[in-house]
Amino acid sequence: MSHLLEVQDLKVKFALRFGDLTAIDGISFTLDKGERLGIVGESGAGKSVTGFAIINLLSKPGFIAEGKVLFNGKDISTLPGREMRRLRGNRISMIFQDPMMTLNPVFTIGTQMVETLKAHRNITTREAEKIALEKLRKVHIPSPEKRLDQYPHEFSGGMRQRIIIAISLLNDPAIIIADEPTTALDVTIQAEIMDLLQELCQEEEMGLILITHDLGVVSQVTEKIAVMYAGKIIETGDTQTVVNSPSHPYTQGLIKSLPGALKTGERLYQIPGMMPNLTAIPPGCAFNPRCHLKEEICVKDLPLLKRTEKGIMAACHMI
Amino acid sequence: MFAFIVRRITQAIFVMLIISLIGFAIKNKIGDPVRDLVGERVTPAERAEIRDRLGLNDPFAKQYVRFLKNAAHGDLGLSFFYKKPALEVILSKAPATMELVLGAGLIIMLVSLPLGVYTALRPRSFLSRFTMGFSTLGVSMPVFLTAIMLIYIFGVQLHWLPSYGRGETVDLFGNGWWQSGFFTLDGLKHLILPCVSLASITLPLFIRLIRSEMMEVLESEYIKFAWAKGLPPMRIWMVHAFKNTLLPVVTVFGVQIGIMFAFTILTETVFQWQGMGYMFLEAVERSDISLLITYLIVVGSLFVIVNTVVDILYGLINPTVRIAGRK
Repeated sequence: MSHLLEVQDLKVKFALRFGDLTAIDGISFTLDKGERLGIVGESGAGKSVTGFAIINLLSKPGFIAEGKVLFNGKDISTLPGREMRRLRGNRISMIFQDPMMTLNPVFTIGTQMVETLKAHRNITTREAEKIALEKLRKVHIPSPEKRLDQYPHEFSGGMRQRIIIAISLLNDPAIIIADEPTTALDVTIQAEIMDLLQELCQEEEMGLILITHDLGVVSQVTEKIAVMYAGKIIETGDTQTVVNSPSHPYTQGLIKSLPGALKTGERLYQIPGMMPNLTAIPPGCAFNPRCHLKEEICVKDLPLLKRTEKGIMAACHMI
Repeated sequence: MFAFIVRRITQAIFVMLIISLIGFAIKNKIGDPVRDLVGERVTPAERAEIRDRLGLNDPFAKQYVRFLKNAAHGDLGLSFFYKKPALEVILSKAPATMELVLGAGLIIMLVSLPLGVYTALRPRSFLSRFTMGFSTLGVSMPVFLTAIMLIYIFGVQLHWLPSYGRGETVDLFGNGWWQSGFFTLDGLKHLILPCVSLASITLPLFIRLIRSEMMEVLESEYIKFAWAKGLPPMRIWMVHAFKNTLLPVVTVFGVQIGIMFAFTILTETVFQWQGMGYMFLEAVERSDISLLITYLIVVGSLFVIVNTVVDILYGLINPTVRIAGRK
C-alpha cells in the first residue's frame, strides 16, 4: 500500500550567479494518514525549504532538482501550476511561522476564509461562511460570528495563529505542514497551539509535518522525527527512541543542549562550532568539523543512513 | 469613521489658517497699499489720514483678524490690473487649470497603474526594461523641454495636434463660469499635449513607485500564504497584492496632485493655457500683489482639500487607520 506522502531522494537547489547551491541534498521520508512527523534542525538546515518543496512553492531561485514527492502515490513535484494550485490549501495546507505577517492586513478574516473555499469548490458565500464559522469554532475562537467581519489587526498573535489554522482546515486537507507555528508566540500560547494542532490531527486523521527547532515540542506532539543537518536527514525514526537515546552525535548534542536536565546556574551545553555555510559543506560527513568522535573516514566518506540496533536510522560512521 | 473625518477636517482648517497668515504677512509687509491707491499729489498728511481710515495703523494681529473676517466672506482684496475682486479673477481662471490637472491625473492613473503592476510582475520582460529605461528619461527631462519637444513633433512637424489655447469649449453650468474642453473633440485635442507634458514628470515617478511597492508586497508573507491557500494568480495579484500596493501610492498621489497645480505655471505658459498658472505669471509681471496672495491662498487651499480627500480615501482602504480614528 502506498503512503499518503512519500518524499523520495528530494534535492532542492537555488540557482545563483556563481552556480547552483544545494539546499536539500537527497532526503527521503514518508507520512501516513493521521501520522505526525517532526522535522528538526538548526536554522539553515533546510527544514522550511523541505516544507515549501512539498507544495512546490519555493521562493524564486529555488527549484526541485531531483527526486519525487508522491502524494497518494502520484508525483506532484512535476505537476503543472494549475493542478498544483488545486492541491494547495485544499489537500495539503501550510501554516507559517509568524501569524502577525501571514494574514493580509487589508481584508477581513471572513474574506480571507471565504476566498480559500471558493478557490477550491463551487460554493456560495453564505455556505462558505457557514464552513468558516464551523472551523473557527473548532480552533476555539470565541463568538466567531462577530469575528468574521474583523480585520487581522484586531486579533492577538495567538488568535491569529488559530485563525490561520482554521484557514488551513477549511477544505479538510489530508496533510498540514506547520512551519515553526509557535516560534513567534508566547510560551503559554505555544502550548495551547500545539495542543490544538495535535487534537485536530487526531480528530480528523490528518497527517502533520511539524517543522521546528524545538525538540521539546517535537517529542510532545509527533510520533516520528527526522533530524536535518546541512540539507540532509542524519537521523530519523520513532520520536521517543530518538529523543531518549539519540544515536547520531549531532542529535546527542542537540538533546544535551536542552535546558531541561540542568540545575539552576549550571552552564548550558553547546555544540562547538557552527553549521557550515551551504556553499562550503566539508567533504565526507558534513558534521565532522564539530564532532567529538571524528575519525579519518568521516572526512573521506559520506555516511549513509543505516538502521541501528534501536530500530532507527542514523547516518554516522561511528555507530 | 465620522470622528476620523472631523479630525482630518479640523487639521485642514488649521493648515489653512497658517497659509492665510503667511499670505497676509507678505501682503502686509511688502508694498504700500496707500501708495498704490492715491496719486502723486496727495500730501503726507492726507496719506496718514487714509492710512488711519483703512486701519493700516492697527496692530498686526488686529489687521490679520480683519483680513480673516473678510476672507471668510470671500473678500481677499482687489486686483489692481483687473479692477475686480482677486478671488473672482482667480476663480474664473480655475476651471482651465483644474481640467489640465484632471487630465494629467487621469493619464497618470491610467498609464502608471497597469505599467507599474506589469513591470513588477514581469521585471525581466522587454516591455518592463523599456518602461524603466524610458521612465528614467522622463523623470530627468524638465517640463518645459518636454512641452516644447511635444509641440515641435506633434504640432509643428506632424500637424496632428494643436499646440496652444483651449480650442472649442462647452459652457458647463450655463453661467459662463466653467468652460470645459472635455466634451468636444477639438477641446480634447487641445488638452492632449498640455496634459501629457504636465504628466511627464509625475508619471515615471508613479510607475517606479507602484512597481517597487508591488514588488515588495509580492515578497511578503501574506502573499506567500495566499499562494499556499491555492488562490488563483489573478486574485493574488489584482486583489491581495494590489490593494496593499495602493496604500502608499494613494498618499503620494494626493501630494503630487498639489505639486501638479504648481507645475501648471510652466505648462500653461508654454501652451498659452488661460488658467491660474498663466495668470500668476502675468500677475508677477504686473506686481499685482493682491492677486498673487490670493493665488497662493487658493492653491494652498486646493492642496489642503485634495490631501484631506485623499486621507479620507486612505482611511477607507486601510482598516487600521479607521480604527485609530474611532478612538
